[in-house]
Amino acid sequence: MPVKTYRDALRAAMAEEMQRDESVVLLGEDIGVYGGTHLVTNGLIDEFGPKRVIDTPISENGFTGAAIGMAMAGMKPVVEMMTWNFSFQAADQIIQNAAKLRYFSGGQVHVPLVIRGPNGGGVQLSAQHTHSLEGFYGHFPGLKVVSPVTPEDVKGMMLEAIRDPDPVIFLEAGALYGTKGEVPDGDYTVGFGKARVAREGADVTLVAYGRQVNMLLRVAEELAKEGVQAEVIDLRSIRPFDTETIIESVKKTNRAVVVQEQWRWFSVASEVAALIQEHAFDYLDAPVERVSGAEVPAPYARNLEVAAFPSEANILEAVQRVLYQESK
Amino acid sequence: MLDSEALLELYRKMVGIRLFEDAAQRGFRKGRIGGYLHMYIGQEAVATGFLESYQEGDRIITAYRDHAHALLLGATPREVMAELYGKGTGLVKGKGGSMHLFDVDNGFYGGYGIVGGHIPLGVGMAYSAAYNKENSIVQLYLGDGAIHNGAFHEAANLAGLWGKDGLNPCLFVLENNQYGMGTSVERATANTNLGSKFDSYGIEWEQVDGMDIEAVINAARKASERVRESGKPYAIEALTYRIVPHGAADFLEKYRSKEEVKKWRERDPIGLLEKKLTDAGVEDETLEKIRAEAKEKADDAVTFAEESPEPDLSELTTDVYASDMHIADAG
Repeated sequence: MPVKTYRDALRAAMAEEMQRDESVVLLGEDIGVYGGTHLVTNGLIDEFGPKRVIDTPISENGFTGAAIGMAMAGMKPVVEMMTWNFSFQAADQIIQNAAKLRYFSGGQVHVPLVIRGPNGGGVQLSAQHTHSLEGFYGHFPGLKVVSPVTPEDVKGMMLEAIRDPDPVIFLEAGALYGTKGEVPDGDYTVGFGKARVAREGADVTLVAYGRQVNMLLRVAEELAKEGVQAEVIDLRSIRPFDTETIIESVKKTNRAVVVQEQWRWFSVASEVAALIQEHAFDYLDAPVERVSGAEVPAPYARNLEVAAFPSEANILEAVQRVLYQESK
Repeated sequence: MLDSEALLELYRKMVGIRLFEDAAQRGFRKGRIGGYLHMYIGQEAVATGFLESYQEGDRIITAYRDHAHALLLGATPREVMAELYGKGTGLVKGKGGSMHLFDVDNGFYGGYGIVGGHIPLGVGMAYSAAYNKENSIVQLYLGDGAIHNGAFHEAANLAGLWGKDGLNPCLFVLENNQYGMGTSVERATANTNLGSKFDSYGIEWEQVDGMDIEAVINAARKASERVRESGKPYAIEALTYRIVPHGAADFLEKYRSKEEVKKWRERDPIGLLEKKLTDAGVEDETLEKIRAEAKEKADDAVTFAEESPEPDLSELTTDVYASDMHIADAG
């Protein structure tokens, strides 16, 4: 199977769908002539022209709203948020229009829109440029929210997102744009609402999405050296949500640790913990652990930033707690 | 100059809207209509006149003062009234209410509750119309209150920009009724020449007397043709006045004087049209008959709404997603 970077897999999905379907257009800041801040759309304006790869002024509310209008009129726009941090400028459009239009129109319209861009921190961009917004957007009925981590998934989920009749919040692991993986050629989709078991194990269930999945796989390697077999679940999709895969795993392992970069309060990990106690209470041998970002705006200094996000050490400690092991 | 037959038809439409809203107001006072109820009373000539230029395939979008637009485009008084009453027979199945009327089959794309928030949508629809070479246009209605909102400025900028390449056949209809809720234009901006805001974005514009149905029709016809042919946006500021309170619950009206309202009532677009008709020799009887028919239709709509069933509870969870996926409360 060919090997591609996360970035190239993403670009391939959009380019292939644009070749197949004329109603697919891209909008965003500097996605055309400049090539995209993260080079995800690099070269596409040459292939598809400025009517389909639309460079916009810096006005997220305006162009996101315009993309919603395009979608209502039958197009399939894919909007790039240069980073998800800028999406607060467009939050009224995303939440008040895209998410609710189908409902308040009594089913008369739908909004086949994708909004994509890098989510999360880790590269010293400090408070205003560092957010993990899966809990925030996951809160709103009417939106679909996904967060792929492998290059294979990112292509298959982008194709699924563009073909989906509803608005999809596509949260990319920005820190992983350069990572490589096997990516099938041609047309395939990865459906939403189905988690991926990234590693099988019977002793403890580790749950995450986005770049924290890779962290969990490294932690699982460490645990394996000590004879602990961790099962690692990549949620892939926040809304819809795959409760079943998690519950099946917890029924087997009886212990769970949920990891996320975002703040803990009112977050995805809190939701996962609640679901586990609801559906697998009798199977639990320890309280579900949540490992989350520190409850502070993201700091700049490298050491502070590292301390603000979950680390492999934090996760190992949480695993030890659910296993009732002494910490070292 | 329109002939008296044509004027009578316009009179029928405008009186139909007026008496429909009078009936809605009574329903609101009786507690049959919940939420907000924003009346178009005094502004009827604007939507009526502009929608005379409507062609099949055009898309119409406005904010929450939307009853007239829906009715003029072909939604029946029954289904609109039933929506206000929150009934399952309503135009959007009782899911939107007064602020969210939609009738996509007749070109009506809503019905939005956040001031300014719908403006980018209209501009995007216009892009789509040009991209797909539909030869259709968007009529995008906004109030004077919305023009101070960031969404207007971002969207107008895009419209002007995309219009340079013929990619934005959008006719902005600025309904200047002098007040954003209770704040007058003078209290909202230092530049009270509201149409001039379009200058910043390379969008040409003109003003029209929004109380004079014939003037509105003429301006709208020329502007629609121009937008349709050029693919460029254009704006018309219609000077009008909401002669009733902002919402049906705004009865104190501390922000404007009784004298001012009285002065504008003299320019009530329906009164002005009546004068034109009687000057043209139309008998009072003819007008009376039209009013009686309109009253009958409004009463019929109320009866229909009163007697209609509430939405089936199974409707609570439908229409959240197009795939009709519903995420259970537990996740």
